[in-house]
Amino acid sequence: MNKNALDLAIRYGFLVLLFGLAVFFSFYASGFASPRSAVFIFQSVAITGILALGVTCTLVVGGFDLSIGSVATSALMLSAYSMVILEQSAAVAVILCLAMGAFVGLINGLLIVKMRVPDLLATLGMMFLLIGLQRIPTQGNSIATGMSLPDGSVAEGTFSAAFLWLGRHRFDLFLDRLLPVPVVVFVLIALIIWLFLGYTRHGRLMYAIGSNERAAGLVGTNVQRYKIVAYMISGMLASVGGILLAARLGRGDIASGNNLLLDSVAAALIGFAVLGAARPNAFGTAAGALFVGILLQGLTMMNAPYYMQDFVKGAVLVAALVFTFYLSSRRGGRRTA
Amino acid sequence: MVEVTCKLSGLEKSFGRNHVLRGIDLELRAGEVTALMGANGAGKSTLVKVLCGYHFADAGVITLGGAAFEPVDAADAISKGVVTVHQSIDDGVIPDLDVATNLTLDRLTEPGAGLFVNDRKLRRQASEVARSMGLTMDVRTRVADLDVADRQMIAIARAMARAPKLLILDEPTSSLSASEAERLFALIDRLRAEGVAILYISHRMSDIRRVADRIVSMRDGAISGLFETDPLDYVGAVNAMLGHQMTEVDIEPVSGGDAILELNGVRLFEESPAINLSAREGEVIAVTGLLGSGTTELAEVIFGLAAPADGTMHLDGAPYRPSGAGAAVSSGVFMSPKDRAVNAVVADFDIANNMTLPFLKAFSRFSFLSERAQRQAAGDMIGKIGVVCQSDRDGIGTLSGGNQQKVMIGRWLLKASRVLLLDEPFQGVDIGARRDIGQYIRHSAEGRTTLVFVAEIDEALEIADRIIVLNEAEIVGEYINKNVDLNSLVADVSGPERPQASGPERTQAQVMAG
Repeated sequence: MNKNALDLAIRYGFLVLLFGLAVFFSFYASGFASPRSAVFIFQSVAITGILALGVTCTLVVGGFDLSIGSVATSALMLSAYSMVILEQSAAVAVILCLAMGAFVGLINGLLIVKMRVPDLLATLGMMFLLIGLQRIPTQGNSIATGMSLPDGSVAEGTFSAAFLWLGRHRFDLFLDRLLPVPVVVFVLIALIIWLFLGYTRHGRLMYAIGSNERAAGLVGTNVQRYKIVAYMISGMLASVGGILLAARLGRGDIASGNNLLLDSVAAALIGFAVLGAARPNAFGTAAGALFVGILLQGLTMMNAPYYMQDFVKGAVLVAALVFTFYLSSRRGGRRTA
Repeated sequence: MVEVTCKLSGLEKSFGRNHVLRGIDLELRAGEVTALMGANGAGKSTLVKVLCGYHFADAGVITLGGAAFEPVDAADAISKGVVTVHQSIDDGVIPDLDVATNLTLDRLTEPGAGLFVNDRKLRRQASEVARSMGLTMDVRTRVADLDVADRQMIAIARAMARAPKLLILDEPTSSLSASEAERLFALIDRLRAEGVAILYISHRMSDIRRVADRIVSMRDGAISGLFETDPLDYVGAVNAMLGHQMTEVDIEPVSGGDAILELNGVRLFEESPAINLSAREGEVIAVTGLLGSGTTELAEVIFGLAAPADGTMHLDGAPYRPSGAGAAVSSGVFMSPKDRAVNAVVADFDIANNMTLPFLKAFSRFSFLSERAQRQAAGDMIGKIGVVCQSDRDGIGTLSGGNQQKVMIGRWLLKASRVLLLDEPFQGVDIGARRDIGQYIRHSAEGRTTLVFVAEIDEALEIADRIIVLNEAEIVGEYINKNVDLNSLVADVSGPERPQASGPERTQAQVMAG
């Protein structure tokens, strides 16, 4: 009886809490329970959610990716640079950014797998490298149409309409102009990663690597390749996040995206606690991102001061980690501590 | 009469229901090297851990130098004069610091040591210690830059700095080459002359021949033999360690069909002799030998985890040189590795996913897994090999050791193989599960060749058509499993008499490949 209660609490506790929060805010924050507000929440978590899904892939193989935030901001700057200064099309900008993300992931993977640099250190190094690198071409300035260039000329290029569509267009759903593109992208990516990790043999092997790398290698799995692929997925998803951010802002703003890393890592870690999985999973990550979104939106609508935000996020994260590591280990069985 | 340094009487220790030490009586004398032999799980490590203060004995008395010895923890055991050098060398040294600091580290923690470190004084003290131990290296060298033998010496030198009464060496040569080992033995000779009692734990007969004054064999938590007549009865000691009760399994050995796997002139190590072996369809070969005799290395070479120093392999007549586990598996060579907790079990997965792990491709369409197919195959195998569980959804951690091992072996029986390698398949497995596994392996042996690598002779006799004995990476005996002359078999396992054994250069086999 007691054991069953604990089991239920671990399994559904987080989802119940999520639902409870939504109900609470519906009563106490006027205007919270409306389609527009719901979409706003989704929009606020779409980009961090996409990054978090990438981190989830690296967590699954027992790694970690600290460079996602800087990959996203690099993509933001790269897309702006290619359109505003190089005067390229939206398609070229998007392809450049995705290639950059995949390449960074590849380098991360090679550093970790071939050079045997510990994952946290390799991606930390990459993070610093990218933060510096993205500022070199513009000498530390933000990129916008009409900015003056080092050679004295003025940047003539503009963000193309097609590119801005990615960040600003809203699809009609029941209401006119309800659903923004980033939200659709987020949901699609979440679905794909969920299927990939949970239901394909590649995903299953990645979980096996994360749980016992040696055992996975000894059944013939190409452990190194899967690890590198995980970092490449992470890098590409981070650059997708950066593209959407650039499209929403419409300029290459160097100060944007400072919070991306911490927020997305938090979402992925909170995801461990969802459904009592006690391991990284796509559904949990999406739910974790949403949880933080709902909480912040609700608090904002109840006029909580902005500096409450980080505190609340941290508190939720700590609670989720206790859920995962303490309660789940007491349940025993699935995890052998 | 030699002085008794340490005396154990009636020592008992249990972990839960597992009775590990069942009344150990032993005397260790000053100026004598006592070799302790025992198979995996015989209780050697537990005995050592009780002596060095990691575990408390449940019953029994230890006296050291006449006084009762009841260490409260490891530090207490050391301060009372029992010092242990553990198997993994790097537990005994701090690789990032220099030799001088390593040798004098314990003085830094003594009460009254000053706040600042006087490097010159430290080096002078360290040089003294080094000289007294016959070490010649520069004390300013970083320990990480030394070779394994030197690091081992430093671990021992550190131990000696505490002037121990009893020194315990746990498999000290397991990562040393022959010439490095010889330096260690010279050091042991010196300590013996100084009157230290030494407990030397090893499986390598060449070591034991070189250093032991007496041999104690352990089996199933009890002393199964004590040998101190000159010359020492090495065969008797091995026999007492491995033991042999008449096996109830009745095997009608088959000679097998066509050769599937052929090894020609394969040398496991640079200096070791060539191995020639032909494994035939339908037969089960047990490869047996003491720990370190090369059985695991041979399995790793066949499975592609390590490259042989020399020689060729053929699979079904075609040259076979796998680049790693993946290549071996796709050629139809499967291996169930030893130490399942480390090498085989995926703790986060349930039974079905653990079992189907190598063959996920066969259970998926367009990369999407068919859970139904996985569960069906796993369910079938659970029935065939007799895994005791509630369902294939049980977490692997909920199973007993024997049942976990059945899952790990069943994993490789899901698909037909050409060569099936089982490295220590009965490790940590109760007798019932051992019978089940053995029977099923023999039952399903048609259509492939099976090589089982076991240290225990009983296990070899229970499962094999043919038994091959390895010693120092060389085939020294071969028996058809029918009315085997056990004395001759045990003599082969313990190896030929060689006063100055020139052991092979032992290299750490690269386990992870691909």
